[in-house]
Amino acid sequence: MKKTLGALALGLTLGLSAPAMAENVKVGMITTLSGGGAGLGIDVRDGFMLALKNAGANNIEVVTEDDARKPEIAVQLADKMIQSDQVDILTGIIWSNLAMAVVPSVVAQDKFYLSPNAGPSPLAGSQCHQNYFNVAWQNDNLHEAMGAYATKEGFAKPFIMAPNYPAGTDALTGFKRFYTGDLAGEVYTQLGQTDYAAEIAQIRASGADSIFFFLPGGMGIAFMKQYAQSDVGLPVLGPAFSFSQDILGAVGDAALGVKNSSQWNKDIDNEANKMFVETFQAEYGRLPSLYASQGYDTANLIIAAAAKADVKDADAFRAALKEADFASVRGDFKFGNNNHPIQDIYVREVVKEGEVITNKIIATAFEDHQDAYAGECGM
Amino acid sequence: MTIALFLEQLLNGLQFGVMLFLMAAGLTLIFGVMGLINLAHGSLYMVGAFACAVVAAWSGSFWIGLVASLAAAAAAGAIVELVVIRRLYTRDHLDQVLATFALILIFSEGTRWVFGSIPLYLDIPTLLQGTVPLPGGSRYQLYRLAIIGVGIAVAIGLYLLITQTRLGMRIRAGESDREMIGALGVDVATLYTVVFALGAALAGLAGAMVGAIQSVQVGMGEPVLILAFVVIVIGGIGSIRGALIGAVLVGVTDTMGRFLLPQAMQLFLPPSQAGLIGGAIASMLIYLLMAVVLALKPRGLFPAQA
Amino acid sequence: MANRETIFNLAVALLLLALPIAANYAGEPFYVTLATRIAILSLAAVGLNLALGLGGLVSFGHAAFFGIGGYTAGILASHAFSGDPLIFGLPGTKQMIVIWLVAMIAGGIVAFLIGLISLRTAGVYFIMITLAFAQMIFYFAISWPAYGGEDGLPIFVRNQFPGVNTLRPLPYFLICYALLAIGLILFKLIADSRFGAALQATRQNEVRVASVGIPPYRIRLAAFVISGMFTAIAGALFADLNRFVSPSMLSWHLSGELIVLIILGGVGRLFGPVVGAAIYVLLEFWLGGITERWQFFLGLILLGVVLFARGGVVGLIAGRARHG
Repeated sequence: MKKTLGALALGLTLGLSAPAMAENVKVGMITTLSGGGAGLGIDVRDGFMLALKNAGANNIEVVTEDDARKPEIAVQLADKMIQSDQVDILTGIIWSNLAMAVVPSVVAQDKFYLSPNAGPSPLAGSQCHQNYFNVAWQNDNLHEAMGAYATKEGFAKPFIMAPNYPAGTDALTGFKRFYTGDLAGEVYTQLGQTDYAAEIAQIRASGADSIFFFLPGGMGIAFMKQYAQSDVGLPVLGPAFSFSQDILGAVGDAALGVKNSSQWNKDIDNEANKMFVETFQAEYGRLPSLYASQGYDTANLIIAAAAKADVKDADAFRAALKEADFASVRGDFKFGNNNHPIQDIYVREVVKEGEVITNKIIATAFEDHQDAYAGECGM
Repeated sequence: MTIALFLEQLLNGLQFGVMLFLMAAGLTLIFGVMGLINLAHGSLYMVGAFACAVVAAWSGSFWIGLVASLAAAAAAGAIVELVVIRRLYTRDHLDQVLATFALILIFSEGTRWVFGSIPLYLDIPTLLQGTVPLPGGSRYQLYRLAIIGVGIAVAIGLYLLITQTRLGMRIRAGESDREMIGALGVDVATLYTVVFALGAALAGLAGAMVGAIQSVQVGMGEPVLILAFVVIVIGGIGSIRGALIGAVLVGVTDTMGRFLLPQAMQLFLPPSQAGLIGGAIASMLIYLLMAVVLALKPRGLFPAQA
Repeated sequence: MANRETIFNLAVALLLLALPIAANYAGEPFYVTLATRIAILSLAAVGLNLALGLGGLVSFGHAAFFGIGGYTAGILASHAFSGDPLIFGLPGTKQMIVIWLVAMIAGGIVAFLIGLISLRTAGVYFIMITLAFAQMIFYFAISWPAYGGEDGLPIFVRNQFPGVNTLRPLPYFLICYALLAIGLILFKLIADSRFGAALQATRQNEVRVASVGIPPYRIRLAAFVISGMFTAIAGALFADLNRFVSPSMLSWHLSGELIVLIILGGVGRLFGPVVGAAIYVLLEFWLGGITERWQFFLGLILLGVVLFARGGVVGLIAGRARHG
């Protein structure tokens, strides 16, 4: 009942702000629904669909397809959605390497692409494009926030670690951009590695006073479980990716006390967020993750822009997107010159609420933070 | 770098190797007796981990979960053997590759269908939590020592099984001459099902034990599968002893490579670059090892008789 | 029997040409793209079929050559785009013909080096050592930052072919189709040549081949190198189709898929790879559109084929062939 009322309320506000009937929009969602990392794609999709349902947005039609985390399949689906389904907007991709495969050719064909997750640096800098909007973050942002937090907390010898691939080197570069002190060690692990005994032994021997790591998905789960068992006991810092709601259940108590950076958490105090968290739980029976919040915001951005302009009028629609005139679950949200968000980034701590392991905001790392590549973008 | 750290890393390599041995033992046994390439061995590892996680969560006991993992993987193995695999013994390796490749797809998506995409929780039992001191002042995780113990126990158990029991005698007979044992009145069909279930149970055991310190999720078996193949090829396919030695060799090479190469690179590169390049070479190291071994000994270190 | 297979092959060749042209004029250019994908994967698998079908060399590492071809296209195009010289002051290029030549040479050299060591082994050892080499190249590509690492390398504008607008789907399809046709003709010529006869003989009875004075090792090595060259050209085409190349072209999944295509169609059959690729790509596309559990059903179908349709789909339709 509450849910219906909430949906009605938001529907009303949107209806009032829209001068005319919103035009029809066709959205193609390419996301990862099978294979490794499917949990992220499912969360983005569920958040996106929930926003449409909450807003009663019947004018937005969504075609969803599974990329199985393979760049070739993602490229093929993008071709199909543009050539066959004739979509106006594409969205949904989770991984940077898939985004790099799909986005440049999509925007070159005068379609819009809204990224609900990946934010590789070339797309924020030298290869930025007026039709590409990132509704999540630039890849470095959360790592930069942890670097700033480590500096502020007075850590003097962090040990930093990430997998040996572009997102991994970007992560450590991002951290070092805002933490310029000494390092106890800097280690690149193998992508997909699941045993971290060797690295933990090095951490123990290194004389570090803290650990910063970026190990997405199963790698992070494995590291945290093994680390907690090793009795090293140093404070752990990381981006939200290894401590998002979809992963915490598998890590268990081993994650308690970890500080991690995120642009969103379920306790951010605003109406849109309250409704999002409440309706998400009612609809899907689980707590939302930051990926779900990004999918939700992406859908609401489209709804808001479609209420202002016809998607067939590319210039007007682009301007409407750029205004970002929607109630983000993160609170303040605006786009910078390169169509990437300027937003606050928080530090969260993993806590136990009753039986559920989840995150609580304990500090703000950045206010109105913009990415480091905006200057390289010609827009 | 201290001697203590070096010793600890050697121990880590040994533990990693022992874990690989549990996977490789089943794989090499199945190949040795039935001549079958089983790409779906990683799926049985996953079945073991999921069974352990689900039953442990339901019963509250890791040990019941461990028993369940053995039972579930053995049962899954037996069913797969009865329904699919036994039609493939007379086929060439190509058909086996395709069929077991198909089984991977079915197992992975089927597991996701039942359990969803979110990784499951599985923790190590209270009895084995914590660390023990090592000579030199460092500490070592008790559970990892337990894995080494289980691995050695399995190796000895398999040795006794094969050399001392009736079943083992038939397995050896099957390895050396497949047609002959049938002619001698041994029920070959049942023997094959039992061997396959045994190999599956070993994979399931590995999955459950490793699941407690890694992530229990769909697709967890694939990286281990490739490593297990590397192990049995280095050791000589069909040889349990080869699998054990190959596993330890791969485990120690991989761990020491990851540990030492970046440090060696630091002698002539800045730390950040050294980490990147050292890490890149380290990730190729075991494949390099395999290529070198096969270039020198084309049938592995301990070629089986057949 | 062979006659029935020839008719069937002609029908497949005509269909693969006619359907995309019809789709193009019916305003469904996506199906042209899908057919291009089929043609390219067919060519890659025709290459593998040379080693695997004729020579009995089950390579589980052909993704290495596919990826090397892809990276050749990507790297040459990126240097042409940026204007930076490649090596020894040589510039990059956007000409497909040059790219194919370079891809062929690069694929051939790597196949020679891999074959030199791998062909000392046989059977399962050969399967695994080719896998090991492919994995080495895969990990190298992931962690080597110069050309994008795991993020891959975009090709901003598809490369050029004299007199053809490669940006449009149909002309690009026709280029790929023509190369596939050349590949199939070469395969047939090789299979019927003295070299091909010797190669097939090494598969059936190595000792006898050696005893008549033909060195099996050299025959196999030559076949493996030619096979790698075919697959490398297909890789270059694939990169241009996707306008993107990434390490996933080098992954063991892709090596496995190429083997699957051949078995699905029929091992050693001229059109086996083509039929296999068509079925696999269409199944993947069709099932993916119906359910997100598509991999489950794909698995069931593949299992059904291997258990009940021995000799692959071509074998099922055209009957058991002389090939054995």
